[in-house]
Amino acid sequence: MGKVTAMMNLDARIPTGPIEEAWDSARFEMKLVNPANKRRHSLIVVGSGLAGASASATLGELGYNVKCFCFQDSPRRAHSIAAQGGINAAKNYQNDGDSIYRLFYDTVKGGDFRAREGNVYRLAQNSVHIIDQCVAQGVPFAREYGGSLDNRSFGGAQVSRTFYARGQTGQQLLLGAYQALERQVDTGQVTMIPRTEMLDLVVIDGQARGIVARNLITGKLTVHLAEAVILATGGYGNVYYLSTNAKGSNATAIWRAHRRGALFANPCFTQIHPTCIPVSGDYQSKLTLMSESLRNDGRIWVPKQKGDKRPPNEIPEDERDYYLERRYPSFGNLVPRDVASRNAKAICDEGRGVGETGLGVYLDLSDAIARLGVETIRERYGNLFDMYQRITDEDPYKVPMRIYPAIHYTMGGLWVDYQLQSNVPGLFVLGEANFSDHGANRLGASALMQGLSDGYFIIPYTVGNYLASTKLSKVTASHPEAQAALASTQQGVAKLLAIRGKRTVDSFHRELGKIMWDDCGMSRNAAGLKEAIGKIRALREEFWQNLNVTGSGDDLNQSLEKAGRVADFLELGELLCIDALERNESCGGHFREEYQTPDGEAQRDDEHFSYVAAWGYTGAGKPWDLTKEPLEFAYVHPSQRSYK
Amino acid sequence: MKVKLTIWRQKNPDSKGQFITYPVDVVNGEMSMLECLDVLNETLMGRGEEPVAFEHDCREGICGSCGFMINGIAHGPLPATTVCQLTMRHFKDGDELVLEPWRSRSFPLVKDLVVDRRSFDRIIQAGGYVSVSTGNAPDGNAIPVGKEIADRAMDAAACIGCGACVAACPNGSAALFTGAKIAHLGILPQGKPEQDRRAVRMVAQMNVEGFGSCTNIGECTGVCPKEIPLEEIARMNRDYLLGAWRERGNVVTAIAPVTDWNFGEK
Ligand SMILES: Cc1cc2nc3c(=O)[nH]c(=O)nc-3n(C[C@H](O)[C@H](O)[C@H](O)COP(=O)(O)OP(=O)(O)OC[C@H]3O[C@@H](n4cnc5c(N)ncnc54)[C@H](O)[C@@H]3O)c2cc1C
Ligand code: SF4
Ligand code: FES
Repeated sequence: MGKVTAMMNLDARIPTGPIEEAWDSARFEMKLVNPANKRRHSLIVVGSGLAGASASATLGELGYNVKCFCFQDSPRRAHSIAAQGGINAAKNYQNDGDSIYRLFYDTVKGGDFRAREGNVYRLAQNSVHIIDQCVAQGVPFAREYGGSLDNRSFGGAQVSRTFYARGQTGQQLLLGAYQALERQVDTGQVTMIPRTEMLDLVVIDGQARGIVARNLITGKLTVHLAEAVILATGGYGNVYYLSTNAKGSNATAIWRAHRRGALFANPCFTQIHPTCIPVSGDYQSKLTLMSESLRNDGRIWVPKQKGDKRPPNEIPEDERDYYLERRYPSFGNLVPRDVASRNAKAICDEGRGVGETGLGVYLDLSDAIARLGVETIRERYGNLFDMYQRITDEDPYKVPMRIYPAIHYTMGGLWVDYQLQSNVPGLFVLGEANFSDHGANRLGASALMQGLSDGYFIIPYTVGNYLASTKLSKVTASHPEAQAALASTQQGVAKLLAIRGKRTVDSFHRELGKIMWDDCGMSRNAAGLKEAIGKIRALREEFWQNLNVTGSGDDLNQSLEKAGRVADFLELGELLCIDALERNESCGGHFREEYQTPDGEAQRDDEHFSYVAAWGYTGAGKPWDLTKEPLEFAYVHPSQRSYK
Repeated sequence: MKVKLTIWRQKNPDSKGQFITYPVDVVNGEMSMLECLDVLNETLMGRGEEPVAFEHDCREGICGSCGFMINGIAHGPLPATTVCQLTMRHFKDGDELVLEPWRSRSFPLVKDLVVDRRSFDRIIQAGGYVSVSTGNAPDGNAIPVGKEIADRAMDAAACIGCGACVAACPNGSAALFTGAKIAHLGILPQGKPEQDRRAVRMVAQMNVEGFGSCTNIGECTGVCPKEIPLEEIARMNRDYLLGAWRERGNVVTAIAPVTDWNFGEK
């Protein structure tokens, strides 16, 4: 019934044999679509970020008929545009010991042994082709004087494998993919449909065959059909309301697909970035990331004394606590994101946080300024310092910056197999929207790599294999399942407008975000999670009674758009907490207070939790079904991460 | 502190618009112009009124979604700053700010402060790319690119496609936007082979879209949040002239501007 239900054994279709040859042999075994037949196949790509734009462009180049959707006015505005730091690739141009194997190893370990080895190895292999492709498109990566590509080390990696374009790497990579996409729009292979939001997945005979989408200008709902549907709609960090994500980032596309049967994997694996500008007031709409690279030269500290209100410059050296250096003598200020974030929270919970709200720690570059001079620091971090000063009106050359952790990235997402296909045949999921490669914690500069690997180098093969090996019947928009999806979407929109209650969408979203942050944020415990689940259910109930959306459904109505997204966050938030409660261990970004080592570090439990938690939707208000995909490690042996 | 926002309200392209003045409480100087509008919208919705429609997404000055005129200046008074990054400490108690959408023939109004900038996408479609399909690329280091050249290309590539340049220009010219892309790709060896064709087609598309011509007034670069220099326009003109000569006899195909939102469906 327009939905995939029966949950069998999950087959991740990971190729057997040596990992180095797995992707090659998988490609060899894939069926090919005859070039002349490609134009007879139509595909839908939802999303125009790095994953969606690269997929649409490449599929267009191959000759498929592609329709690409995004909710912004132009595909170039996708959230990927905001990525700053860089993109990893195992080029080993620096001759410093990098290799595909090392990038693979680092990523599996960094993910705290909760990702599939096969997927990660392929990602590391593809990384080198990504750089070549982007350079050829005209992406202006940073260069050395001699003309070769420059690299930096990032996120505590011991090799320099990060390629970058000033502090705007995401922008330049996305513009490269966007331009490739516009080239295909020009040739007519790709039809770009902006300002249009997917609100439902059309499943016919158990196969994904299209979407229901709302034109955000006219309000019109339309069924779009295709032979396969590719979702590249980004992450769900905004379930926390305040995050570093763009305001429009949302989970609606993947959530509506989940409600049609697609499994949701590891929702509780969320990443908190340690260096963001602290919250300054209730009106705050989003959080701004300060690049991680600042930790290369900055020292993090708080006063030793609780409630010490003196300005930082008046606190003498011996009354400061450089807590990361104290607790982690070998990694110091460069511990991974999850460790740095948790420690900042713990310090502030003790009452030693700084700034007006007490939710902040100092990131101090004065030693580096004294050592290297203002000019060097300006060259390295000038644009970041400017941004900080623009927002806070404080001069970081003189006063230490205040930083606090913020939600940044979501490792969880729709479950996909090695072919990036969900458990719903014909539904593929790329980029941050899937759960695939980062396990319980993502390393810096790896999301851009994954999005482009999925879009440029994986989906073109795997979707072809699907089309060539699957019998697809002819369907039209008048098919009963398509019409049923259209009707239920129509009702959903009408329902939001009909409540006419007292509270705005943002007020619900903020309240949800606070519950999530307090009880399912940097550290979690069973009691808090249970309480959060209760609170979310109550809030959801109130939402459907007391929501106030003004205006109508037949023109541009931004609060109506938000209302639909928040309705989905209110369900996803609950599942996130359920998943966090079920996972009785600490790993990566998921820290359960009950499971820590005597000195307060994350305690993994490989014996019981070395699996992917894939959740199936069983109906509104009904408990989710859990299917476990066991993880096996044949190459990188699971060990306790230690940064002491 | 309190400010008065006088905002252009227009339900759709066919209805008549008007300015309406709203008082807004500014909580602190760290608040951005867009957060001010958020606060106003919460109040409006509380009264059962429709909120002010405005565009935004990243709120970090990089996606290019946001933008409107503040007291006649595109993106407001602070140089090199989009409205999403414009904090309220740059205004004072009692200030009256007039907020208006970009006004340009080639950016038809959608609602309130929202306009249609798809003409920019079509200018890119007309050649703002390197024609290299996935899989065709040589090794990234195969063609050396000097640091100065890469830096120059990056300067031009920093354009966020916001449209402020068009809104600020008395002629409504899109020369800075178009020039930035022509320069970015033309400077790099990877973009050289298509330099002539690109310049000719992109300039032609700019004209088809109804953008005005550039008379070197320079308002555009003054409001540009990424400080794209006028130099890029000079480069465009040069590439265009050279290209038009070398490509003479070749038919230039323009893309038909679309102003409705039906995406080819009825
Ligand atoms: C501030 C910041 C800095 C970062 N820096 C780095 C970095 O240096 N290196 C790195 O590797 N990673 C970085 N990341 C992470 C990285 O940017 C993202 O994970 C990545 O860009 C996601 O790309 P994507 O293509 O999956 O999705 P997105 O870029 O989020 O694109 C989603 C697309 O889907 C569309 N969409 C969504 N829902 C719908 C719907 N219902 N209907 C229609 N369209 C829809 C949107 O319009 C958009 O086009 C950073 C993230 C942030 C927030
Ligand atoms: S040139 Fe400047 S003002 Fe014009 S679109 Fe680009 S960034 Fe905006
Ligand atoms: S909202 Fe993205 S540039 Fe202003």
